[in-house]
Amino acid sequence: MFDLILLISLLLISFAILVALYRVYKGPSMPDRIIALDSIGINLIALIAVFSIYMRSTAYLEAILILGILAFIGTIAFSKFIERGVAIERKHD
Amino acid sequence: MNESMIEIIVAILVLIGVALALISAFGLIRLPDVYTRSHAATKSATLGVLVTIIGAFLFFGLSEGVYSVRLILGIIFVFLTAPVAGHLICRAAYRSGVSLSKESVQDDLEPILGNEEERRAKNKERHHRSS
Repeated sequence: MFDLILLISLLLISFAILVALYRVYKGPSMPDRIIALDSIGINLIALIAVFSIYMRSTAYLEAILILGILAFIGTIAFSKFIERGVAIERKHD
Repeated sequence: MNESMIEIIVAILVLIGVALALISAFGLIRLPDVYTRSHAATKSATLGVLVTIIGAFLFFGLSEGVYSVRLILGIIFVFLTAPVAGHLICRAAYRSGVSLSKESVQDDLEPILGNEEERRAKNKERHHRSS
């Protein structure tokens, strides 16, 4: 029963990721796509947590931390790129 | 605590998290513009992930005795960074001239930052200058 619930949750989270992928494909503006990518990253964290419960293994828990950091840095870089036109600003002297 | 009790608690937490993720996906696909979509994508998705990770933390802690520091770090990190990321995206969207939906009734930033055409022109000019 518990494993069945976990499998169903995995399916539903994958469905949420698919919906966000539709927004990435369709999104009228660039910030739409970035918001959807950020939401995909956050949902992937939940997917890995449920998967590690399903496998009864703590080996996947590093991936949660790494994915959180990477999704955050990617979102920050994208939004700076949209706002300023560059991802890393250098001082002009 | 016996095994089935732990499983019931963890299953309830995971199901709440999945329900929140689905609500956020629904909002992401139904809401009209970037600014309303960012509510769905940052608030409810973050809460769903936090509940799911807390479920995983309780499962490994109670059933195997492994209280993982990495999961606590993940919880704190997601909790701190997701609102910041959402705010930055909305700020970038407004400054680069993404329009509000037609149903919006008020734009409080317009008297400060100028209207949409001015912002778009300014942004284009800045792109031009920096490249």
